[in-house]
Amino acid sequence: MSILLDKKTKVVVQGITGSEGSFHAMQMLEYGTNVVAGVTPGKGGQKFEKVVPIFNTVAEAVQVTKAEASAIFVPPSFAPDAILEAANAGIKLIVCITEGIPAKDMVKVYNAIKGKDVRLIGPNCPGIISPGKAKIGIMPGFIHKKGKIGVVSRSGTLTYEAVKQLSDLNIGQSTCVGIGGDPVIGSQFIDIIKLFNEDPDTEGIIMIGEIGGTAEEEAAEFIKMHVKKPVVGFIAGRTAPPGRRMGHAGAIIAGGKGTASEKIQAMKAAGIHVSESPAEIGITMKMALESRKTAKKVTKIDKSEKKSETKKITKTDKKSEPKKTTNKVKKSEVKISKDSKKKKEVKKNK
Amino acid sequence: MKIHEYQAKEILKKYGVATPKGKVAFSVEEASEVAKELGGKVWVVKAQIHAGGRGKGGGVKVAKGMPELKKYAKQILGMNLITHQTGPEGKVVKRLLIEEGIDIEKELYAGIVLDRAQSKNVFMVSTEGGMEIEKVAAESPEKILKVTIDPMTGMQPFHARQLAFGLGLEGNQFKNAVKFFMALYKAYEESDASIAEINPLVVTKQGDVLALDAKMNFDDNALYRHPEIVQFRDLEEEEPLEIEASKFGLNYIKLDGNVGCMVNGAGLAMATMDIIKLAGGDPANFLDVGGTANKETVANGFKIILSDPNVKAILINIFGGIVRCDRVAQGVIDAVKEVKVTIPIVVRLDGTNAVEGAKLLKDSGLKFSVAMNLKQAAEKVTEVLKA
Repeated sequence: MSILLDKKTKVVVQGITGSEGSFHAMQMLEYGTNVVAGVTPGKGGQKFEKVVPIFNTVAEAVQVTKAEASAIFVPPSFAPDAILEAANAGIKLIVCITEGIPAKDMVKVYNAIKGKDVRLIGPNCPGIISPGKAKIGIMPGFIHKKGKIGVVSRSGTLTYEAVKQLSDLNIGQSTCVGIGGDPVIGSQFIDIIKLFNEDPDTEGIIMIGEIGGTAEEEAAEFIKMHVKKPVVGFIAGRTAPPGRRMGHAGAIIAGGKGTASEKIQAMKAAGIHVSESPAEIGITMKMALESRKTAKKVTKIDKSEKKSETKKITKTDKKSEPKKTTNKVKKSEVKISKDSKKKKEVKKNK
Repeated sequence: MKIHEYQAKEILKKYGVATPKGKVAFSVEEASEVAKELGGKVWVVKAQIHAGGRGKGGGVKVAKGMPELKKYAKQILGMNLITHQTGPEGKVVKRLLIEEGIDIEKELYAGIVLDRAQSKNVFMVSTEGGMEIEKVAAESPEKILKVTIDPMTGMQPFHARQLAFGLGLEGNQFKNAVKFFMALYKAYEESDASIAEINPLVVTKQGDVLALDAKMNFDDNALYRHPEIVQFRDLEEEEPLEIEASKFGLNYIKLDGNVGCMVNGAGLAMATMDIIKLAGGDPANFLDVGGTANKETVANGFKIILSDPNVKAILINIFGGIVRCDRVAQGVIDAVKEVKVTIPIVVRLDGTNAVEGAKLLKDSGLKFSVAMNLKQAAEKVTEVLKA
């Protein structure tokens, strides 16, 4: 399974006749996305590539085609309106690719749709892909591989980097979500991680953050409390100077907040496997998955052991960690603990 | 975008935020003219640079009488002002703000920023004026009063009253503070500011509430609708290489290291800087060439990177998605020939047509160190630095 998006999801592309919109609508169709409609005001009645009907409004598109998700490729000054139009028309998943929307506009949009039955991804993001099924966005489809790792990230090309590392190691992905590099975005790490956590077919999560804001810290807190699946984390921008905007509008260390070291610390404290180098995100996940498997095996053996040797096992055995120890070691530990008990008794007698 | 204090005060005045009387001066003569115009016998001479901490660095002086005013104006104009925000190299002062002296009773703090966790603006006030607010937040957070503004209804008078009462103000001071806060929020909101900070905000015995200092930064994404703010841009405050890069549509930030880098995408660019550090080097810059890396962008990127004399090697890291690696490779080859790059270049190409790209580089007869993944790239950077 996957989150948010699959082969059946009916997608409308807002801005389908623009240069970005038409190029990526084509790419999405080729990947297998169920693009059912396009919207360009004034071009209603035409067809995109002779197949996809174009409508004047999102409301019309929804009425006729039952579109449920939207991809937005319109310039920044029109994008806030496009998001609100989609939300108003009953679209449930809005993916806004547009970069450069003023923060003030996004504050209004964010708060207007908050609490409603609609999920916004982005803006300023690469979009969503459920490998082998569908994509809404601008990511290159071919680097992905169908599988069981969920990826969530604030970046574009850095996400492709991580995905490629996974695919090269033969580790597939359930869904990859680019949440965007702006200070105000529709969905945060925590929102997507919740979905991955609930998805029975996602077995591990990769979270790629960067400097600025405190979203990674909040996600780490959630992971600590609720997520049992292995999580691998990376934070870009350790060497970034404070007070400078590093490309993304949201990637800025302001007032001493939002540094990479704070985020890494929070992630480590939450039990997240932090990849120190961007070249090791994939391998860190591989190791996390493998250690999880061996840990499970040991736990299983451990249980059968307990049944047959219930009487022999002492209190100290419960304390020892079944994940790290093998059975042989445990037996010897039991002996040692018995010995030490004896010694204590001897001391008491003295 | 950053602007000077005197420019921020010009904006604030338009919205009815009270500020001391004052004017900018570019020379000692102009400074004394302004002082005469303002009248009185006490003036404040303030260095205008895009950095805080000017007072501690000796960039703000109170002048009693005309001889002192001229003395201080002469002293500060042209000085290399070093503050905790300028870095050790400091900044040369080229503009002064001359203001009337104010009889201060209390120094307070007021600031508005976007709270990213809530996606709403937060208005903060504190009785600890004149101190760095980050320090107050860390040491005595109870001394900061915060009010979150609902973007749907905007700042309301009750918000302003809450803030003014919270500061313990009464009588005329209270009334003026309410007016001040309402006007400050309007200025912040309507000018698409990313921060508006008044530190200190001062109250006088007469009941006046004034912005003694003012800092405003603006959202770059919104500048297209604010030509009145764009005209405040002071190119002398910016790194010349960064201005040059912005002409070519390159997102470049100069740093102090020895390895230059050229990357597509901001996140990958930051990660590339990090990997240079892990490989034993120091990044000389941040450079995002964007989604369309072609011969021109790559050539311009080289020129910018190479004008920094500290650069000893260059790492090019391109992840081809929509961008095809063979095209980027051809761009790199052409650019190296054109710009005549002599220092070692490590090129890492991955994604669309990466193999074809690598072949082009190898067959070019130029000395490239070609890496097929990020790990290899890091190793090659280390090698190159050792050689």
